[in-house]
Amino acid sequence: MSHTHTKYYYPYVSPFDPCKPISPKSYVTPPQLYLGFQPPNLPQYDPKEALFRGTLWPALYSKYDKKGDRGDVNE
Amino acid sequence: MWYYEKKLQYPVKVRECNPRLAKYLIEQYGGADGELSAALRYLNQRYTIPGKVIGLLNDIGTEEFAHLEMIATMIYKLTKDATPEQLKEAGIAPHYVNHDKALFYHNAAGNPWTAEYIQAKGDPIADIYEDIAAEEKARATYQWIINVSDDPELNDSLRFLREREIVHSQRFREAAEILKEEKDKKIIF
Repeated sequence: MSHTHTKYYYPYVSPFDPCKPISPKSYVTPPQLYLGFQPPNLPQYDPKEALFRGTLWPALYSKYDKKGDRGDVNE
Repeated sequence: MWYYEKKLQYPVKVRECNPRLAKYLIEQYGGADGELSAALRYLNQRYTIPGKVIGLLNDIGTEEFAHLEMIATMIYKLTKDATPEQLKEAGIAPHYVNHDKALFYHNAAGNPWTAEYIQAKGDPIADIYEDIAAEEKARATYQWIINVSDDPELNDSLRFLREREIVHSQRFREAAEILKEEKDKKIIF
């Protein structure tokens, strides 16, 4: 079961907004929200890669890029 | 007691002298959702929580101190050779006149750390849910710092720290399930 790590929504845009509206807006929904109690024997990274990523399990890895790279429009 | 290993949990590389970034990073040092708050919160709560999850609070609280010294290293490297003039331009002259280059436990807005940032309610469910919330807030703080940082090597270390918040949140969520004790029971009404 895999989930997306980013969700999007469309806030109301007023014709009088002083800043250029950002739409859609995104927010982060990392994997720990969905995993539940971690099942045994999940696939693992090799030790070196696990140290680099900060977790032993791909199921818990969450990539994060700067806002401009995560899908908000106009950023 | 603790054994100290004289190395960082993850390497901290900083590409350029950038006191402005230090101003933001201090939020994770002495801020409400920073590493000091996290370490002290968990290590204090562990005395009055059921035995099954004491070890978790002990381990995560200890790791938070390892994160705290990574943040300290970042802030130190970003400011150590900056001139007073550069600190002024970065908006941290108030820090300089009080502390010179010394680190201090305050947040990005300059408010000193306070125990009011953390809680120990004595109610295991209340405490564990606070801990989950604290991890998510720390994760978000790392995201916002990455968003305003253009130092790729520093961001590499920050991404590692953000991922650790995710793992901690996962473990606290599991602790909540353990405390509920209905995990594998079939519920028959």
